[in-house]
Amino acid sequence: MGIEEKLPSGILLTSVEKLSNWARKSSFWGATFGLACCAIEMMAAGGPHYDLGRWGMEVFRASPRQADLMIVAGRVSQKMAPVVRQIYDQMPEPRSVISMGVWASSGGMFNNYAIVQGVDHIVPVDIYLPGCPPRPEMLIDAILKMREKVMVAPLGPNGRKMLEARKAEGKMPIVAAGAMPSSYRADKTRRAEWTQAVKEGREEQLRIENWMKLQPHLREDA
Amino acid sequence: MSIEPNPSGGVPVEPAPAGAELDAPAQTPSSPQKGMFGITGTGDVSGFGGLVRPHPEVAGSPKPYGGYFDEVTDALEEAYPGFADAIEKVIVYRGELTLHIAPERIAEVAQIMRDDESLRFELLSSLSGVDYLASDPRRLHVCYELTSMTYRRRVRLESAIPAGGSLPSVTGVYPTADWQERETYDMFGVVFDGHPNLTRVLMPDDWEGHPQRKDYPLGGVPVEYKGAEIPPPDQRRVYQ
Repeated sequence: MGIEEKLPSGILLTSVEKLSNWARKSSFWGATFGLACCAIEMMAAGGPHYDLGRWGMEVFRASPRQADLMIVAGRVSQKMAPVVRQIYDQMPEPRSVISMGVWASSGGMFNNYAIVQGVDHIVPVDIYLPGCPPRPEMLIDAILKMREKVMVAPLGPNGRKMLEARKAEGKMPIVAAGAMPSSYRADKTRRAEWTQAVKEGREEQLRIENWMKLQPHLREDA
Repeated sequence: MSIEPNPSGGVPVEPAPAGAELDAPAQTPSSPQKGMFGITGTGDVSGFGGLVRPHPEVAGSPKPYGGYFDEVTDALEEAYPGFADAIEKVIVYRGELTLHIAPERIAEVAQIMRDDESLRFELLSSLSGVDYLASDPRRLHVCYELTSMTYRRRVRLESAIPAGGSLPSVTGVYPTADWQERETYDMFGVVFDGHPNLTRVLMPDDWEGHPQRKDYPLGGVPVEYKGAEIPPPDQRRVYQ
């Protein structure tokens, strides 16, 4: 990323940063890395029903040199691990990794000699997506969270300096990008509720409380 | 009388069965004489120690075998002059015919099975290994599932070798055996003489050990949950 070194910091860079991040997130090109059954769900997400083309991701580039998102979909065996690393190394910056499914995130049910216990042993992962396999909607959710994260990514060394400055001043948003569950993000009141809970540090409790409210045997008015 | 530092909680651990490789990493302290129920023995709750039933020596089945099995054995006897030396045992069990073949003769027998007019077992459906640790001194068996499409028949040939032994490759007879023998070599350590390229096929090339042998540990890492850490399945124990 050469030209970003030369851009001045300040308002100009912020706008360019936003524009560049918007362009990046609107046309994420995935590197095909379907290893096992999660690949089927990934294909289903790309199909017409759970259309990934809505977010510019209908294209999955076979060449890692033209991709910026590697979705590791499936278990990674000991033999495949160097290949994963090589494909990751061949992707140009800026790149991200979604580890799709439990086999990729943690080895899943295969706690044995043959499977790498989590692809984060090999490549740095941005989003872990649980599920065995995760439904296409869950994959889309992970991709949307990835887009949120990309939207706030700093651009070049000046961008990183500005990010550090913002962190030092405490001007960071209360909820980190990609950290709000989609069921809360969709509704304004619930979004406010969640943000408040994060401020107080009790978002897990909020989740549990709301879940309990839905359970017929746990409702107090039952 | 623990022989390894593996936490068995002070429960006495039986020595590993004869033939087990004791320098395998993190050995499974399984005893062939105890069942998995109850704390006596290893306290292994995973079942990977295994419920071991007694293995009586299997005697061959008496003639007549029934169905097409007699035709197959008679045709093989007719076509192969060394039949008496080669066949160790004939077992008919649950409608399947298994011929136990002396390992050095397996390639010749396979050739006859494929080429002889009345046998015509053209298809090697499957070639796999079995590890009979603790119940057979010739520990590693190789099973050849043959299918005759002409006559619509199936038969199994089985050869037994001790660990570290070798037997001739049937790749010259059945080319499909190529990768299947590589897999058997990779997983069990069975060496096939005359194989064009006997290298590991499933595990990485520099892997040490043969994973599907009974004394090879399952591997795996402890899994961290909120507030607890569960060991991998083959190291879970009952503590009393």
